[in-house]
Amino acid sequence: MTSHLQPIARVLIANRGEIALRIIRTARALGVTTVIVHSDADTHHPATRAADLAVRLEGNSPSETYLRVDAIIEAARRTGADAIHPGYGFLSERADAAQAIIDAGLIWIGPPPSAIAAMGSKIASKQRMRAAGVPVLPDAVLDGVDLDDPQAVRGAAATVGVPLLVKASAGGGGRGMRRVQHLDEVVDAVSGARREASNAFGDGTVFLERYVTQSRHVEIQIMADRHGNVVSLHERDCSVQRRHQKIIEEAPSPAVDDGLRRRMGEAAVAAAKAVDYVGAGTVEFLLDGDGAFAFLEMNTRLQVEHPVTEAVTGVDLVALQFAVAEGRTLPPELHTPALNGHAIEARLYAEDPANGYRPSTGTLVTCQFPDLPGLRVDAGVQTGTVVSSFYDPMLAKVIAHGPDRLSAIRLLRRALADTVVLGVTTNRAQLLQVLDHPTFLKGEATTAFLEHYDCVGDHQHDDDMPWALAAVALADQADTRRGATTLAGLPSGWRNHASEPQQRRYRLLDGDLEHVVQYRLDRSGRLVHLGVDGVALAGAELLDVQPHHVRGRVDGITMSWTVSRAGDLRQVHGSGRYPVVVRALPRLPEPSSIAAAGSLAAPMPGLVVRIVVTPGDRVVAGQTVVVLEAMKMEHDIHSPHGGTVTEVLVTAGTQVDSGQVLAVVEPDAGDAS
Amino acid sequence: MPALPDRLDISSEAYRTNRAAQEVLLAAHEELLAEVRAGGGEKYVARHRQRGKLLARERVEALVDPDSPLLELSPLAAWGTSFPLGASLVTAIGVIENTECVIIANEPTVRGGATNPYTMRKTLRAMEIARHNRLPLVNLVESGGADLPTQSEIFIPGGQSFHDITELSGMGVPTVAVVFGNSTAGGAYVPGMSDYIVMIEGRSKVFLGGPPLVKMATGEESDDESLGGAQMHARVSGLADYLAIDELDALRLGRQVVRRLNHRRLGPAPRGSARPPLYDPDQLLGVASADQRIPFDPRDVLARVVDASEFDEFKPLYGPSLVTGFAEIHGYPVGILANHHGVLFNEEAEKGAQFIQLANQSDTPLIFLQNTTGFMVGKDYEQRGIVKDGAKMINAVTNSTVPHITVHLAASYGAGNYGMCGRAFGPRFLFAWPNATTAVMGPQQLAGVLSIVARESAASLGKPFDEAGDEAMRRAVEAQIDRESEALFMTGKLYDDGIIDPRDTRTVLAMALSAVHHAPVSGQRGWGVFRM
Repeated sequence: MTSHLQPIARVLIANRGEIALRIIRTARALGVTTVIVHSDADTHHPATRAADLAVRLEGNSPSETYLRVDAIIEAARRTGADAIHPGYGFLSERADAAQAIIDAGLIWIGPPPSAIAAMGSKIASKQRMRAAGVPVLPDAVLDGVDLDDPQAVRGAAATVGVPLLVKASAGGGGRGMRRVQHLDEVVDAVSGARREASNAFGDGTVFLERYVTQSRHVEIQIMADRHGNVVSLHERDCSVQRRHQKIIEEAPSPAVDDGLRRRMGEAAVAAAKAVDYVGAGTVEFLLDGDGAFAFLEMNTRLQVEHPVTEAVTGVDLVALQFAVAEGRTLPPELHTPALNGHAIEARLYAEDPANGYRPSTGTLVTCQFPDLPGLRVDAGVQTGTVVSSFYDPMLAKVIAHGPDRLSAIRLLRRALADTVVLGVTTNRAQLLQVLDHPTFLKGEATTAFLEHYDCVGDHQHDDDMPWALAAVALADQADTRRGATTLAGLPSGWRNHASEPQQRRYRLLDGDLEHVVQYRLDRSGRLVHLGVDGVALAGAELLDVQPHHVRGRVDGITMSWTVSRAGDLRQVHGSGRYPVVVRALPRLPEPSSIAAAGSLAAPMPGLVVRIVVTPGDRVVAGQTVVVLEAMKMEHDIHSPHGGTVTEVLVTAGTQVDSGQVLAVVEPDAGDAS
Repeated sequence: MPALPDRLDISSEAYRTNRAAQEVLLAAHEELLAEVRAGGGEKYVARHRQRGKLLARERVEALVDPDSPLLELSPLAAWGTSFPLGASLVTAIGVIENTECVIIANEPTVRGGATNPYTMRKTLRAMEIARHNRLPLVNLVESGGADLPTQSEIFIPGGQSFHDITELSGMGVPTVAVVFGNSTAGGAYVPGMSDYIVMIEGRSKVFLGGPPLVKMATGEESDDESLGGAQMHARVSGLADYLAIDELDALRLGRQVVRRLNHRRLGPAPRGSARPPLYDPDQLLGVASADQRIPFDPRDVLARVVDASEFDEFKPLYGPSLVTGFAEIHGYPVGILANHHGVLFNEEAEKGAQFIQLANQSDTPLIFLQNTTGFMVGKDYEQRGIVKDGAKMINAVTNSTVPHITVHLAASYGAGNYGMCGRAFGPRFLFAWPNATTAVMGPQQLAGVLSIVARESAASLGKPFDEAGDEAMRRAVEAQIDRESEALFMTGKLYDDGIIDPRDTRTVLAMALSAVHHAPVSGQRGWGVFRM
């Protein structure tokens, strides 16, 4: 076999973020030098800096940069790279790209273009799987259907039955996917999904598929070499999803026993063999409560969640990708892969689950992950990284590995709680609430889990929340005194005639709730008044108040809080179950920061896709006024109140900044809320 | 440096008695402060808030830096008078953008913030503090003008407030006015004379004559906005430098102005860090004797006030009834004069005069801790020249040019008040403990003197002396003098800058010292120190 080896000396990574760093890490370990391509926005990205060489791709949008096959091949040529690793997303599942790269004489670290093409169309792949005897779900393709004819679309949907999913034939990750509960929603869902798919994958083809409620998402990691060896590296359970986007993944699945594991593994291997698969791939199944499973799709690339498999099997999947690409045979021990303990991964996203998963952009003024035994953090960002609206909002994957499921969950929980992220809103609180949920803890979460329990905002009503806010205010007090240059040695907030208490206002970053903390310290620094939102917190005694640390005793129990601070952002973590991230609000705000009543501001930077109203229109509360596209998702901007549209300040195609006023809806009298 | 020993026995009966008495006085003091905070009462406060307005103290709190210390001056001004307690005005030293300022805020819920004779005195005193200490002045203006029934007492002295604002500016001490509401007629000149003026849209009203007056004077029809609205002043007259949209915005702009004043202190910075005293300042409540006839050792006060309780005593063996020495308070070097046994004898007077001259030689500010029953009387002392010796001390204190800060710890009688830098001797700041008493002499002595004089007069005229009438007179006089010597009476008359909790003595002195160091600190020169 040695004669077939094509050694890789320098690899070009056609990707960004955490996966680029992940690939660089293994490449380094293998002695392979690395080249990365990067957009302008990613010039200073950690991955760009980590690679040995970096090639600029002018522009920012994926179509100008990471999706440009020609430019990427040219970059490989100029830097002398002999192989290209596509990571996930972008070019990874584009058969034409793979072919072009191979045609350019480069090694494509991925499956053969034919296998990508076979699996790339979800429609075609399902037909193939059906033929290979792999179980599949009922579906309807829209090939012969006139998409402008609502009746025809509805008719096609009726053959599948509701609930159903409108799915993009290409791509994945929940993009171009819409769920339909009632047949009359299907027309809008199809057009929305087509637009999104077209933007994200350059292919607007969608199809309809029966939606199975109360099922699990269980996938099999397979690895295949060029010599006909295909192995299963066990399953991953990715049932906890929001809007078809996985947020928590684990291996093994709590619902899979040895027998089922073997059967699913065999089905996955059969699926791979049916398309002459080579390299790392994932066969996704829906698993129902009776142990029956149906083929969903095959992802012909490395998965985001591959680290949980690496943790329990001890295998470096990226190293195997390199080996397979070089033409090596899979090591024999891979035919009986290990399954050690339990691993669980959480995806930390820059988004606000409490606000419709609105993406959050900005500079990470602080980003610190804990270093704990058994913990792996694959982060694409670090302190100072700018999270832009151009790309996927995932910040990091936090992976915990333990001897059993509960240990792994506990370790992950602690790691997430100890993580400090300031600068963007994250889904961390939601992740923690999932990890704490009894249904999840019992291993009973299905793909509908987050629909039943949204795991949003519990922490905002936590009994510990007022104490956490008080701790932030008191730590800020200490920080303020430390920074004072005048009368700094005097007791904090000293008064010979005490009238008003000191007051600090904060806004919770996930959920936008505002809170007021009032406190007064006496001449000796003793706390004589503490209140949050007008409710006195009695019985608190301060033991130590530092800018980053507060220790106090409440009813005989000593607690402590850690406060991180960057600019006006604070993260506090202490006795409470969840870390709390807040923005300190100015005491005396600039009037320019206060928008006129009725103004609808862009909640994030993005592109105006559509204007739904025209000036003079009457709108009801909740009605969509403008549609924005940001982070490759469409976001409807609703009017918070009924009224009349008086101004529309943008047009379709306008790039807007966060906070920019899009339109003004003058509220009806009596509906000024 | 040796630290003062802890000689206070907090388990003693005397300590407990003293403390209990002080706590009663403090509780009464706090009740009066609560009355001041209530402003014009529930009805007026509610109406004020309904208009979206902040109370005077809320404005001050929002103006100063978060968590910074704030020293309110004379909060109980006008106590015992027919005018509102607090004199419808808040005056304070506060920190704005790390700049110490004198803040004056009208209390509009109290009779519309109208200026009565006590408001005027309190205003002028605050401006005097700004002038002597070169502290920027920030006026939070909302006043209906002069309290007309008392105009005769306000009109003539009131001119000084306009004079003083512009004099401050001439001295290079910045003045800022934030106009929250009415500031009309004579009041228009408060902002008018200021360096910087912030006005609030729809709120500020600054004009010499309102529509009725204009109509009477010239027949012209006009309205408030065109005569003195904030928009008009910001866009047309140019009187307003900054136009705010609301009160908080105005305070924000006020802070912005102060941030850019680039105001610097001209005196030296603290020499060292603020090392806390070794002993608990809380114990100061039990130091001053409940019975004023019992002297107490001022070193027990100093041990709980000065840095690290370190006090280098000067001439400890000479004139021991006056304790003198050097220390630091929050790093500021100070010379301290403190009465011990109340009486100033010849030696004490000479020692005091010498010590004051020494402090002037070294540009060291002086702290006077008063507990004096006056210069000693009697044949021996007169023959030894107590008048001459007392005159030396009063001469020294008068012509001393280092900053003086006086605290009334207990008694302050007779010329002892003068020698120990009483109000008339212009200390930069003067504060009193709640138990302090101040008068020409003690009530019993004063009544007794009157009685003796009457008895002698009766005898010389050969008239019978009315013993019963004399007894009644003595009781009445004693009661009157008792009342008029009280700390509350003195503070009501603005004879001090406020009554302070003894436990705050160190902090109050630190704020006062920081303030005085904004002006150059330099002693009287031209004489060698006279050895007394």
